[in-house]
Amino acid sequence: MEKTTKLTKEDFTSDQETRWCPGCGDYSILAQMKKVLPNLGISRENIVFVSGIGCSSRFPYYLETYGIHGIHGRAPVIASGIKLSRPDLKVFVITGDGDGLSIGGNHLIHLFRRNIDITIILFNNQIYGLTKGQYSPTSEKGKITKSSPYGSLENPFNPVQMALASGATFVARSIDRDPKHLAATLDRAARHKGTAFVEVYQNCNIFNDGAFIALTDAKQKKSHLLKMEHDKPFIFGENNENMLTWTGQKFSVISSDASENGHEILKHNENGSGPAMEFMLASLSHVDHLPTPIGIFRSIEIDTYDEMLTKQIEHAKKEKGDGDLKKLFTGGYTWMNN
Amino acid sequence: MSEKEVQELERVTICFAGDSGDGMQLTGSQFTNTTAGIGNDLNTLPDYPAEIRAPIGTTFGVSGFQIQFSSTDVHTPGDSPDVLIAMNPAALKVNLPNLKHNGIIIINTDSFQSRNLSLAGLESNPLEDGSLEAYQVFPVNVTELTREALKDMDLTVKIKDRCKNFFALGMTYWMFSRPMETTEHWLKEKFKNKDDLIKANTLALKAGFSYALSTEIFTTAYKVPKAAKKAGQYRNITGNQGIAFGLITAAKKAGRELFLGSYPITPASDILHELSKHRNFDVKTFQAEDEIAGVGAALGAVYAGSLGVTTTSGPGIALKSEFMGLAVMTELPLVIINIQRGGPSTGLPTKTEQSDLLQAFYGRNGESPIPIIAAAGPADCFNAAFEAARIALEFTTPVILLSDGYIANGTEPWLIPDVDKISEIHIKQPPTDEKYLPYKRDPERLSRLHALPGTPGLEHRIGGLEKEDITGNISYDPDNHDKMVRIRAEKIGRVNRFVDDPELVGKDHGDLLILSWGSTYGPILAAVEEVQKQGREVSWCHLRWLNPLPINLSRFIHNFKTVLIPEINLGQLLKIIRAEYLVDATGFNRVRGLPLRTSELLAEIDLILKGLE
Ligand code: SF4
Repeated sequence: MEKTTKLTKEDFTSDQETRWCPGCGDYSILAQMKKVLPNLGISRENIVFVSGIGCSSRFPYYLETYGIHGIHGRAPVIASGIKLSRPDLKVFVITGDGDGLSIGGNHLIHLFRRNIDITIILFNNQIYGLTKGQYSPTSEKGKITKSSPYGSLENPFNPVQMALASGATFVARSIDRDPKHLAATLDRAARHKGTAFVEVYQNCNIFNDGAFIALTDAKQKKSHLLKMEHDKPFIFGENNENMLTWTGQKFSVISSDASENGHEILKHNENGSGPAMEFMLASLSHVDHLPTPIGIFRSIEIDTYDEMLTKQIEHAKKEKGDGDLKKLFTGGYTWMNN
Repeated sequence: MSEKEVQELERVTICFAGDSGDGMQLTGSQFTNTTAGIGNDLNTLPDYPAEIRAPIGTTFGVSGFQIQFSSTDVHTPGDSPDVLIAMNPAALKVNLPNLKHNGIIIINTDSFQSRNLSLAGLESNPLEDGSLEAYQVFPVNVTELTREALKDMDLTVKIKDRCKNFFALGMTYWMFSRPMETTEHWLKEKFKNKDDLIKANTLALKAGFSYALSTEIFTTAYKVPKAAKKAGQYRNITGNQGIAFGLITAAKKAGRELFLGSYPITPASDILHELSKHRNFDVKTFQAEDEIAGVGAALGAVYAGSLGVTTTSGPGIALKSEFMGLAVMTELPLVIINIQRGGPSTGLPTKTEQSDLLQAFYGRNGESPIPIIAAAGPADCFNAAFEAARIALEFTTPVILLSDGYIANGTEPWLIPDVDKISEIHIKQPPTDEKYLPYKRDPERLSRLHALPGTPGLEHRIGGLEKEDITGNISYDPDNHDKMVRIRAEKIGRVNRFVDDPELVGKDHGDLLILSWGSTYGPILAAVEEVQKQGREVSWCHLRWLNPLPINLSRFIHNFKTVLIPEINLGQLLKIIRAEYLVDATGFNRVRGLPLRTSELLAEIDLILKGLE
């Protein structure tokens, strides 16, 4: 991935007309992605966007990079094939809560555990948009939709917990209405070496408007949203007056004025605070009266699958020499007929 | 030692049968290598249980290995064995119905105690109850004799008993005048640094040979002279190995890396195993989380510039079909390999069948044409895989290669090709100095030019939505869709202009035309040769490409009173031929999980020819 002269967001805009509903949160994610891409120092031809099916999956059409719009739920496997075939390419997966967690859930968890160097952005709008409004695997229990007129009976997935549990090496959450935070998170994810996962809370103003209103509305968000920052205490609240602390069993809220309460100050550690802490943070939700965290839950580096595969090939060549068909055919028992 | 008679035979079929743990596959493959080495033509069929460790001594735990070898051409593993080596009562029970009348049975009498008899579900001992009267029976206490041969060795009885298959092998080597060197050499390689095992097995082998030579029970040894095969260097090859080699070769000749996305499934997994060994050929194998992921990763690799392949069996194809549709829509060169087995559902995983032909033709949503090629035998798998890859790359299309359990595991001698004489596969790249139009076509093949990621200036997006002709933009236009559906069909229809027509054996008109495809090649060839020997006329055409059908077929198919289509299904090619050519073809169908029998085919041909007289 060679450096090129600095590109702009216009360079990454394709000639295709964007076709999401006016006001859809997807526009914001696309805009931030176009801001992030030129900063990565990767030329356009070396970037591939892969998607499945759903509103979010139209994303690749709008970017002037290579792109493939696959089938429902299967973007992670196409992306895996691309990256393993060509480790020199930068590969993104764009998916949604239905595409990535329902029909394609199996592929996503296996991509996480393999740690192939792919960046996954999951647009979570807690609804099926393209099929016009059925409950999704992240919809809240009891949700009334066209397919659940008496209320959904299903417990929702927590995508961040799923990624953490499956071994993703970079796990983050952001939100469509906070462009700065979103751009910074996408940038970090794109630069991560290994499987990076970003859940983006995305408003579907047609079928699930206001799903994240508590986290985006100027009046409410300060008390419901926790922006995690590395090596900083977990501070939130209207006037930053609250702070999270850990009692050994659960989180509780204390005053952010640490000198007042004498508690040891709990600080966020992105680089491996351990599965227990990461998982507990991911479980927090304003619905349960604790703030919903956004930011980076985990960012660790281990060998990637693609690197290890390349090494195996190099090793095999060193051991056995470059593949020689004649040797291959005559290896083993042969005989001559005259 | 008495003077023994040596009788010359043209062809012999032997079946080695025993319990799964008796090492029959190994014994069979040793006999095969030795037999190949002395220049006989041959064909083999392993037959083992679906259960990994089936209960010892039971009939469903029986593992068999059949080989036919001859001084003339061999096309099948043989309908019914001349010789059966039965290591236990269950093996005898399972294989006896198949044995030729007056055939030879060598029995390990040590395993015929009451416990094993009852495990095999036998009420009386066949050695005593007269049920073997129609055969030549040679009872040998193999276990005891093996222990005796190894009495000076410091090994446990269990290990000594494991050598008894080599004792049996030694007897057959004497009986059929084979040298022991190939096996002795193999033992040295196999048990490198385990001198006691080399010694024990070699002793058992030699003891078996000497026993047969010196005892009174075997009066005759047989000799099967060398076959007149085309000159050159040979090796034995299974169909699955042939496919693996064909794919590696195609990738090399196309200047592409080979990428296999696959999920383990019987009887296809051996292709994954084989390819996994060859990383030094830039072969990337990816064991995916499921069948869908296997094909999806392969398609992703194709998109990025590899020769992408997915291997599976029928149930796996069912899961992959949506991705196969995506490959049709995006017009990407993906090779899909189906090693057919008995179906439907889980069916008969270790048995053979040809029942996925209609699935290959029609098993997808929408008008979704894919070229289909079928391999005729183990050695032919190499060429079939190479050709499947060539057509995929040249036509930018997915291609389905059909093989089946019979030829996947069966072996035959393969004339090792001259690598330099195998033609290159040329892939055209789009020009970088003009606007890239992803769906602009080559006028001859109607293939499109796929711009690989990493090529500056050719960035573009493709996907599963309908494409506008030439630009490849998403299009919902009704007339465009109609046009694209026809273009995709036309493109596949043109494949037959770029592959060889199948050979027509016999005249292009007459009473009977046999039309066939896939692994029935061997049994039908044997039947046709037999009919011709009898001075009767029959014509035969064995199809290699099934979609599209070959150009020459329409020139002669209407010139026969009867068209007979033998298949290991209920008449799938039959349906297609009747629909395509409006001929009143008839089927010959056996769906027993086994290859067709030459003798049954002969009887059917006889019936038809007599009826026409
Ligand atoms: S349906 Fe919802 S998610 Fe889909 S484009 Fe419209 S607003 Fe966006």
